[in-house]
Amino acid sequence: MLMDIRLTQEDKAIIEHSRSRGWVLEPDAKAILGNAGLGLPRRLVTNDIDEAFEFMEDVNMPVAAKAVSGSILHKTEHRAVSLNIDSRERLENEMARLLTLDGCSTVLVEEMVTGLELFVGAKNDAQFGPVVILGMGGTGVEIYNDTAVRMAPLTQTDVLSMADSLKAAALLTGFRGGSGIDMKGLCGLVVRFSHLAMAMEKDFQSMDLNPVICGPDGCTVADARIMLVT
Amino acid sequence: MDLTPLFRPRSMAVVGVSTTQDNHPANVIFTKNHLRYPVDTYQVNPKGGMINRETVYKGVLDIEAPLDLAVIGVRAEFVPDVLAQCIKKGVKGAVIISGGFSEAGNHHLQERVADMAREADFPFVGPNCLGVYAPGQVDTFFLPGERIIRPEKGNVGFVSQSGGVLVDQMVKFAGQGIGISLGVSIGNKAGLRETDMLEFFEADPDTRVIAFYIEGFDRGEGRTFIRAVERCKKPVVVLKAGKTPRGMAAASSHTASIAGDYRIFSEIMKQHCVAEADNEFELTSFCESLSCYPKGIDGRVGIVSLSGGHGVLAADACVAQGLSVPDLSKGTADAVRERLSAEIRTIASLTNPMDLTGSSVDADMITAARYLSRDETIDCVMVLLLPYSPGISADIGARLSQVARNEATPMIAYVPHEDKYRIIIEGFELNRIPVAASVEGAVLMAKALKRCRPC
Repeated sequence: MLMDIRLTQEDKAIIEHSRSRGWVLEPDAKAILGNAGLGLPRRLVTNDIDEAFEFMEDVNMPVAAKAVSGSILHKTEHRAVSLNIDSRERLENEMARLLTLDGCSTVLVEEMVTGLELFVGAKNDAQFGPVVILGMGGTGVEIYNDTAVRMAPLTQTDVLSMADSLKAAALLTGFRGGSGIDMKGLCGLVVRFSHLAMAMEKDFQSMDLNPVICGPDGCTVADARIMLVT
Repeated sequence: MDLTPLFRPRSMAVVGVSTTQDNHPANVIFTKNHLRYPVDTYQVNPKGGMINRETVYKGVLDIEAPLDLAVIGVRAEFVPDVLAQCIKKGVKGAVIISGGFSEAGNHHLQERVADMAREADFPFVGPNCLGVYAPGQVDTFFLPGERIIRPEKGNVGFVSQSGGVLVDQMVKFAGQGIGISLGVSIGNKAGLRETDMLEFFEADPDTRVIAFYIEGFDRGEGRTFIRAVERCKKPVVVLKAGKTPRGMAAASSHTASIAGDYRIFSEIMKQHCVAEADNEFELTSFCESLSCYPKGIDGRVGIVSLSGGHGVLAADACVAQGLSVPDLSKGTADAVRERLSAEIRTIASLTNPMDLTGSSVDADMITAARYLSRDETIDCVMVLLLPYSPGISADIGARLSQVARNEATPMIAYVPHEDKYRIIIEGFELNRIPVAASVEGAVLMAKALKRCRPC
């Protein structure tokens, strides 16, 4: 898979205006990932309940709402994420609550995607430059630490060997009747991400895509955080 | 930049000998090379005169003959002047053993030396190092010859940031009968660094396996090293010091706390098929087996022994090290059984691990090793030899070696390293079959061959 990912003008502008904060807001991080060709949920940034509700009806499935705030880096700890919203009433309540949080003037509304939660990360290592991490995702990632690390950029073969080295490898290929995930899709996402990490070598400290949600038909980045070199 | 004159010099000057102190490091280096190595050796001290009836030159410029190597052992502040003279003289390279540079906070002085050398395209090793040991050629270690144990000439190239580790590892290599092509202590690494050494050894016909003791890389240097490893066709072994994670608490993201410095180092070495040894014992085993078998294996080990207990111990150790001990193909046991000597035909256990029993003879071991080698489920044969058994002759090492060479499946042997079994051990080693001194060591040798993850 020969690949050449370069930063777009939009990416560069986002990095510049985020630099003083030290990290990139989630909608901006997703714009960068989208430009690199990574799968993302359908989403909308708004503070308007009617617009949000219209989006929810459009996607025709439950949504997640997340505070967009330069003051909130770790969203779960600030209760800045609300999942599985399936009614106008809950959407209204949750949006109102999120908009009261510190620094929050808009909300990111996204379709809820389901599947196996994986972690895909990158670190700009002092000795080796950009390295990519793949593992089981969710908030327990640091506790289980079932991860594999490789030097970027990666090939599809690298990603397959990373997946194979996880203790949870069987969950990816299908375990006890569960259907496996779209390995080709996962490979594509991680390979692209590794090339993005190379393109951002001078700009980023670390990137967490957590979780990346994988099903039989593809992989979607549900949450993303980019820490910048300041 | 040709490094051959630096590492395999025909002439050398030792700069900084003492006219008053016989055991000064420079004097030790001069004496051992002058008396014991085929290198024309000159000694230098600005005072001139004679030491032990040999001329002391006032400077390298006073030496008329061309010089391949200068060993510089003067005080740190005099090093730039001596280096300038060496460059002017056209010396081909230097070993700077002097301390008192970055390790003592004198970064500026070290940079000055490095800059001078870079501008002149002048290779050097150090400062703050033991330098170079090439068996039968040169030895810049300032340790008296009678105090150190040196390995024979062999095919392991070894590079160490630490001089102490280099010397200690050489003792271990010597103990296991492993020879080295060249050992280099690179000290503060202001001149030649790991990647330069990797490139030198890659091109060096005397070196078959390249081993490193690494404390750490500079910014971005790990990537440069890995890029060189990717181009290198010879097996590379590393032993890493400084494995404890630091700065984890300060990590502001998941990624930073999951992947500490050492974890990243270790995983990237695996990704690029570098065999990382956990300790000095593994380093020794890895070097011995990789110098015999540069190609990787999947790690499917077939074990044959004349003691059931040893077979089981080896099988357990294989599994613990990530190797497999698979069931043999149909037909292997039958082929072996019909060729076994009558005494053991009904009592030998021919599953993996095979137990030929203490009543077996040379021919039985050879038969078992041959058919294990031919079994497609096996890609490494481990022979556990207990020479106490009366049916095992002194020829067994050489005879099994022939099987390994004929069948082309890597063979690893265990023979107790006792003097009286030396003939068996040499029967293997002289035919380039690695021999471990313990069952665990034999398993580590097999592990080294599995240095690449299956992709």
